[in-house]
Amino acid sequence: MIMRKPGVVSSRALVTLVIIAVLALVPPVAATIGEGFYVDVFTRIMIFAIAALSLDIILGYGGMVSFGHAAYLGIGAYAVGILAFYGVDNGFLQFGTAILASAVAALFIGFVSLRTSGIYFIMITLAFAQMIYFLSISLNTYGGDNGLNIDRPSDFARLVNLSNATTLYYVVFAVLMLFLFLGQRLVNSRFGMVIRGAKSNERRMAAIGFPLLRYKLTAFVIAGAMCGVAGALLANQDLFVAPAVMQWTRSGEILMMVILGGMGTLVGPILGAVAFLALETVLSDLTGHWQAIMGPILVLVVLFARDGIFGLLSRIGVERSRG
Amino acid sequence: MAEPLLSVTGLCRHFGGVVATDNVSLTIAEGELHAIIGPNGAGKTTLVAQLMGELRPHRGTIRLGDRDVTTMPSYRRSRRGIARSFQITSIFPEFTARDNIALAVQAHAGHNFRFWRAARTDPALRKPACAILDSVGLGHRADVPAATLAHGEQRLLEIAIALAARPRLLLLDEPMAGMAPEDAARMVRFLSQLKGKITLLLIEHDMDAVFALADRITVMVYGSVIASGTPGQIRANAEVRKAYLGEDELA
Ligand SMILES: Nc1ncnc2c1ncn2[C@@H]1O[C@H](COP(=O)(O)OP(=O)(O)O)[C@@H](O)[C@H]1O
Ligand SMILES: [Mg+2]
Repeated sequence: MIMRKPGVVSSRALVTLVIIAVLALVPPVAATIGEGFYVDVFTRIMIFAIAALSLDIILGYGGMVSFGHAAYLGIGAYAVGILAFYGVDNGFLQFGTAILASAVAALFIGFVSLRTSGIYFIMITLAFAQMIYFLSISLNTYGGDNGLNIDRPSDFARLVNLSNATTLYYVVFAVLMLFLFLGQRLVNSRFGMVIRGAKSNERRMAAIGFPLLRYKLTAFVIAGAMCGVAGALLANQDLFVAPAVMQWTRSGEILMMVILGGMGTLVGPILGAVAFLALETVLSDLTGHWQAIMGPILVLVVLFARDGIFGLLSRIGVERSRG
Repeated sequence: MAEPLLSVTGLCRHFGGVVATDNVSLTIAEGELHAIIGPNGAGKTTLVAQLMGELRPHRGTIRLGDRDVTTMPSYRRSRRGIARSFQITSIFPEFTARDNIALAVQAHAGHNFRFWRAARTDPALRKPACAILDSVGLGHRADVPAATLAHGEQRLLEIAIALAARPRLLLLDEPMAGMAPEDAARMVRFLSQLKGKITLLLIEHDMDAVFALADRITVMVYGSVIASGTPGQIRANAEVRKAYLGEDELA
């Protein structure tokens, strides 16, 4: 859609391949250098990459600035936690419930909020996420504010053992790759063109015959369901779920990952998650006020690299190949 | 006489105290090129927005053929064969010229809950899009992002998007606005080719073009229709001369 010089296209593909290769190699490299905790760190990064990727489908392609995306993370995590609380360990059931519950929540939230736009849309999505957040606090049966411990990870008929860090890592990796691939198909399909058109010029879309609400709502539900899967994975990594998982600042962080990495691309949010969480780890080691450093970095990215880290890397690649 | 394709009766729409459309009635026959003229602020654009379903009239009815479409949303009117172009260019600037048209083709090619196949390489969308671009003379610019097209080309693209819906009734809101003379001449030639093939409602300030192209002309001033008739009748109408057309312009 957006015209790019051939060099840029191939350099984007190259950056994408490098990221995939690096992520695929984290566990063996971590084992070799004897720093096994990197596996956990990158598992978490990829889970947030899934959340950010799902947000970018509606944000970067559909122009819907949802400020409540962490709600689906929470719903997905609580679906696993609550089922486990009742002794239901079946992973298919847990993940199925996580997907269904976050999709239904997105359907309802989207149905109401997509009638508005701009700042009202941002505020309504935030308000709904806050409602779900406070609802989770009020669930005293499930630990309320203190959260809920999960005894065992999801059990996929003993096909995979998610208590093994490396196994969990590759399951998360596989989900991320699957969503990257499905997302790529989606944004380039007829459906994808409709939501991109809606972002570009909503008035014209209506005049040429598109009932936009149903397309936007569908995209909203797909993104919510994808993020619900991220939540279910998060519950498996932490073996714990608490309301904090869907605090409004978390929604802001997912939004920042997308912007940092590159809106309107699917690989960008993955890079954004890596950069954001890596920076958070490094900076919070240095100072408790790490956000005071993160803020300016974001401002700089927005000012000088509108297409985010992904755009930046792709351009460096092009200049290299020319020089 | 056959039923008119479009009949508007007693249409009213105001914005606060401003009466933008004041009891407007008009009919357009199938195949007719009907021009609407009137000074800026006469309510022409507001009328088009109501015909397309973007603005709800406060009173009055709009019928397309034998169907009352007064409360029908835009996308359904589009499916029933109404399309419009915008006075202020309204395209998809990040898309290529071809993708602009392909999207409009897509709107009328069945449902779009298709998530798998790539749309941009789909011949079912690409071929008609190319044909329409060729028909407005933009075939050689198919791969250029719409944002970087010249102004005249964007105006042509604007109309091509509307045409891609294969409308029965095309509403053109000042298609030549801001065009260089040679581009405007190209547009007039294009409109004369289109005339007779589909029904056209043309809003235009260029009186030479209007009187050359129109089968009938409606004159609006301050939201009201002050005259409607053939170019000859309008030319001879004293009220029109006084209210709008300069005497010398018609000499
Ligand atoms: N959205 C709007 N809000 C308020 N006033 C409007 C709006 N649209 C049009 N108007 C007013 O309605 C009148 C008719 O405008 P318009 O239909 O654009 O006229 P024309 O197209 O004939 O120049 C003008 O006085 C204009 O200021
Ligand atoms: Mg106007």
